[in-house]
Amino acid sequence: MAKIVLDTLLARFPGGEILATGSQHGNEWARVAPVAWRQVAEFLRDDPVAQMNMFVDLTCVDRTPHEPRFDVVLHLYSIERKHRVRLLAGVPEKEPVIDTLVPVWPGANWFEREAFDMYGVRFAGHPDLRRILMYPEFQGHPLRKDYPKEKRQPLLRRLPGSV
Amino acid sequence: MPLTFYSSKLADAVNWARKYSLFQYPFVTACCGMEFMAMWAPKYDVARFGAEFPRFSPRQADLLIIVGTITERQAPVLRRIYDQMCEPKWVIAFGVCASTGGFYQNYSVMPGADQVIPVDVYVPGCPPRPEQALDALIMLQERIQRGEGHSQVVLKQEKGYDVPLAAIRKTGAGG
Repeated sequence: MAKIVLDTLLARFPGGEILATGSQHGNEWARVAPVAWRQVAEFLRDDPVAQMNMFVDLTCVDRTPHEPRFDVVLHLYSIERKHRVRLLAGVPEKEPVIDTLVPVWPGANWFEREAFDMYGVRFAGHPDLRRILMYPEFQGHPLRKDYPKEKRQPLLRRLPGSV
Repeated sequence: MPLTFYSSKLADAVNWARKYSLFQYPFVTACCGMEFMAMWAPKYDVARFGAEFPRFSPRQADLLIIVGTITERQAPVLRRIYDQMCEPKWVIAFGVCASTGGFYQNYSVMPGADQVIPVDVYVPGCPPRPEQALDALIMLQERIQRGEGHSQVVLKQEKGYDVPLAAIRKTGAGG
């Protein structure tokens, strides 16, 4: 029941930074313009009504052939207020870049690395944007919808006839 | 003839000793480890077959048990562990992931540990019952006794020792 968070958000950002909001089954979400991503996050953390002091999750969705192709999805929770909210930001395929949230919540670090590893979305200003799950030699981003489903990139194989 | 007779009897005795004192290296990566612990614990008690003693250094182990999913990223690690083991050595793939990759058909999971190292016995199941794993161990012991473990065969072919050639039978059904 975080309607109050959406109301606060809309009151603070009347200039079109919040593209859409919604509420379904008690889950509130807001679609944010990518340029305001970091600003909205900082506001939600510091605002006394929202008090979103807990970073829960950050991931990405490949919405091919939808445009913009990627959605970066952020889940937040307030320990004091006991409410949560979900933020989404569309990222285009041509230049998949969005601001990092590591300075806002340090816990976002590995989540952004994972989103980069799996989808190729880059987080501008991230302190250490390397792959986190796949090996450095891996080519491409395996959870993109256009990555071949069973394409393997072996690091090592036995030679035929060897032990 | 007498020399062959004595050396083959010696090999039988050595292999008999080997099969009842397998020091295992458990390469446990996934949920199969639970069933593996059950096999190891008193109820199923792998100690009855002389293979209860885990060595967490591959240099002291002669049975590598691969328990769980092997990813492409782990392949070089597994290969290095295998290479560090002294010969003769044996390998059991415990569970369907270690045998074939199991239900993972994707970018990250290797389709079976035998892509990078040889495997003597495959144990299917997700996870296998402890009885299945014990069955696999007994099967491996029979193969050791016959000198048919992969490294025994290689040692014999390349270096001319271990069980004499004449004593080797081709692997039969279930062997």
